[in-house]
Amino acid sequence: MSNLHSIKYFIPELIILATVLIGIIADLFYSKKKSYLTGNWILGGLILALISILLHNLQNVTTLFTDMVALDPFAVFFKLIILIATIFVVLISRYNKEFTDYRVGEYYVLLAIMVFGLFLMVSAVDLIMIYLAIETVSIMSFILAGYLKSERRSNESALKYVIYGAFSSGLMLFGMSILFGLTGVTKICLIGNNLMALEGGANFALMISFVLILAGFAYKISVVPFHFWTPDVYEGAPTTITAFLSVAPKAAGFAVVIRFFHIVFGDSVALQAGTWLTQTEIPWAQILALLAVITMTLGNVVAIQQDNIKRMLAYSSIAHAGYMLMVLPVLSSDSIYAIMLYLFIYIFMNLGAFFTVIAVKNITGGETFTDFMGLGWKMPLVGFVMTVFMFSLTGLPPTAGFIGKFYLFASLIKGGSQFYWIAFVGVINSVISLYYYMRVVKVMYFDGEPQKTISNPILPVTLILLVLATFIIIFGIYWTPLADCVRNSLIFYIGGL
Amino acid sequence: MDLNILSLLVWLPIIGMLGIAFIPRDKVDIIKIIAAVATGLQLFLAILLWMQFDKTSGGIQFMERYYWIPSFNIFYTLGVDGLSLPMVLLTPLLSFLAVFVSWNTKRAVKGFFALFLLLDTGMMGVFLSLDFFLFYVFWEVMLLPMYFLIGMWGGPQRVYAAIKFFLFTLFGSVLMLIAILALYFTCGQTFDIITLMQTAPEALNGVLWWGMSAIKVIWILLFVGFAIKVPVFPFHTWLPLAHVEAPTAISVILAGVLLKMGLYGMLRVNYGMLPEAVWWFAGALAVLGVINVIWGGLAALAQKDLKKMVAYSSINHLGYALMGMAAVVAAGAASGNNYAAAEAGLSGAMFQMFNHGTISAMLFIIAGVVYDRAHHREIAGFGGLAKQMPIYAGVAAVAFFAGLGLPTLSGFISEFMCFVGAFPVFRTIVIIGTLGILINAAYFLRAYQKIFFGKLNEKYSDMPEINGRELFTLIPLAIITFVLGVYPAPFLNVIRDTVSGIIEHVVAHGGGVGIF
Repeated sequence: MSNLHSIKYFIPELIILATVLIGIIADLFYSKKKSYLTGNWILGGLILALISILLHNLQNVTTLFTDMVALDPFAVFFKLIILIATIFVVLISRYNKEFTDYRVGEYYVLLAIMVFGLFLMVSAVDLIMIYLAIETVSIMSFILAGYLKSERRSNESALKYVIYGAFSSGLMLFGMSILFGLTGVTKICLIGNNLMALEGGANFALMISFVLILAGFAYKISVVPFHFWTPDVYEGAPTTITAFLSVAPKAAGFAVVIRFFHIVFGDSVALQAGTWLTQTEIPWAQILALLAVITMTLGNVVAIQQDNIKRMLAYSSIAHAGYMLMVLPVLSSDSIYAIMLYLFIYIFMNLGAFFTVIAVKNITGGETFTDFMGLGWKMPLVGFVMTVFMFSLTGLPPTAGFIGKFYLFASLIKGGSQFYWIAFVGVINSVISLYYYMRVVKVMYFDGEPQKTISNPILPVTLILLVLATFIIIFGIYWTPLADCVRNSLIFYIGGL
Repeated sequence: MDLNILSLLVWLPIIGMLGIAFIPRDKVDIIKIIAAVATGLQLFLAILLWMQFDKTSGGIQFMERYYWIPSFNIFYTLGVDGLSLPMVLLTPLLSFLAVFVSWNTKRAVKGFFALFLLLDTGMMGVFLSLDFFLFYVFWEVMLLPMYFLIGMWGGPQRVYAAIKFFLFTLFGSVLMLIAILALYFTCGQTFDIITLMQTAPEALNGVLWWGMSAIKVIWILLFVGFAIKVPVFPFHTWLPLAHVEAPTAISVILAGVLLKMGLYGMLRVNYGMLPEAVWWFAGALAVLGVINVIWGGLAALAQKDLKKMVAYSSINHLGYALMGMAAVVAAGAASGNNYAAAEAGLSGAMFQMFNHGTISAMLFIIAGVVYDRAHHREIAGFGGLAKQMPIYAGVAAVAFFAGLGLPTLSGFISEFMCFVGAFPVFRTIVIIGTLGILINAAYFLRAYQKIFFGKLNEKYSDMPEINGRELFTLIPLAIITFVLGVYPAPFLNVIRDTVSGIIEHVVAHGGGVGIF
């Protein structure tokens, strides 16, 4: 579609851009103390964007701006979950006491810019666009991770993030240029065709390009061995940003990975495809399976040893990336379905866990296991919701986390007996993860005594936590609406094949 | 009856739990009464169910079936047959008594009873659900309250015991999850247990995974899952710890109901869906059974702690049931179609499951009574209590003798049936197994003698006699043990047709000629 025609399909993104501008201007009029009011403008903009997405024809499948970005149900689904996550983060940011001494106007603005980047990321179908979108998101993340200027850990995390980010996007760019050299196009729907025409003549170059591109993506979804930034950044960044980084860019990263691998390296029609591009003789499936298995095992094993809950959750998020990655080798629509469903649920439970950390840190000033000691007795409500989130992250019924895992394993088992070993490693990993998730529960309940007086965090925080926990339990018992929503989003643009 | 009696049985405790949630936490008495009423009503319904139960039908009765998640073919299916009915009676009975056992709980009463009722729903759900997904959900839901009940209200090592219990059982259940999914995708995309019983043997026939028969792979996955729960050697190490650390009422539930789920699962799922593999695995099952008997017995003999001894005796007792289950192969052509032995063995196993529920519950309550007074359970630390607490000594005698399998008490009959059933096929194993009875007698008699006879420990010269509440929890169990020991027909009549149904199902697939 031509540039001018594309505009009317680009309204949600334009609303976000307008929001950014309004936010910047509005921030000029607020004093430092009142600067959190900028958040309201941003929140309004995000909700407006959400509405405008829902008002569009959700089943549109087309491309915009001369095939740069796709407009398809798949992208819309990811845009929706990114918006939901962002709205929750914006809501809770106001009550995060880490920001007490800072002007927060630009914090919200940067967050909104990041959402714009994420929107492009989930819909990009051109190598150049993918790169630009990832960079937009990354640069905003660097700044936000270092937002607490007077805290050393925050500065350290930003710096580490920049170095890792710059390095891996450099690698990715290099890989993309090799791919461009091999095929002569940047549109990913054409790359696949041109690769087939190569007939295996450039397998070695293709292999290098594949590994380099994977490095860029893997860094975004923190897959081993590109995960080293994750714990430090998650620990040092403001907790709201940690929560955001652990869900939204990860979801977008998965969107890119799914789109890219299915269209470029998958055989025949995307989403129906059951086989990888065979003539390249590269064991795509085995490489991805191995990465997934290593990722979840490392994430879970290292998480056991953490004393800082934020750091523990960082490793847990690495493990969850592994769970989602493990179904990718199946390359079936069921596996994508499972990943999307899991991401949706994961957003709720992970945000919930991090928000609880915020609620506790607001009161105790710390985020280690010691700060959670006896929490279940002192603040029963917070203890209860945290327990729900922990059970859900472990994947125990009747929480939504179980449903997510159930679909992941189901798609593996359906894929055939060659994938059973991955499922086996996956379930063993769930058992390992139980240990450290339950450690939180143990500290909250077993290491304390019943108290005379109980307290709760301030009402808005309590409400947000309760909403998240309610979703987790409701989707754990009845998830048909969610499943239908994901099933309707299982269409993406595959080009003029 | 038009009423959905099974749903009511499952969800009554949850209703009680919600009620408790809205009661202020200092209204301790109201909370306890709600728990007692909920479990009491449940017991009443279970007895009503038993009265209405058609003993002449081996099939599923009182079936309830509703759509739950149509896109994944998941149903909400409940039903009861002769295999689950005894457990459906046992669960509310022990839950009801356990409420009174834990009447004096001081710490966080509201939380205790709320979690306890949740546990009750989980247990009932496992025994009644006939949809594999639902079964799995209940199976897991049970773990959560159990973890808290051990970890929060348990003894000194409670935290370690709780997480060990959780890790072991979760390990078992995730293996089961893989098996469930494998069955779902290979056998016509259904979770319906009854349908799977028909389709699975055909669908899996001849399927190979990595050079191994799919039937065997799934059997192993399921078996390990259930064996951890029983627990079968070598997966038993979580049990003594969990039992010793758990509060009395929870030990009662753990031994009385939770351990049975492993055996129930094997009979319902392994025997039902993979009948061919029974012929392959029966020998191993008998061997594992005898190892349980001897190992559990010897370990019990070595214990100084009364509760730990009782815990190991559970491992020992359920070994007999495993041997009885293995006896099914007697009905095969290779053993001359000895249906009588197969029936004796299988009914013996199911009877043993029920009897162990009542007997071990009594034993744990007895250990709890003495612990409440002396705050320790060292077998050697007492002595001469028979003079001090004659009534207590009397009730304890019933429990101890039932535990060692004295004739006229129910444990004897079921153990005897297990032996009789297994003898034609596993002669040597049974002969070794009977040694277990001797070991049984040794540790129970030794413990009884040390606690109740001899010189009274001066420290306990003012120990109060067992009180009315404690007696109330013990007497019904003692009566059941005695009645079924003299006249087991009411029990055996209920399960007879189901037992022959299972045997015929197993014989129809494989028939002893061996397909592997």
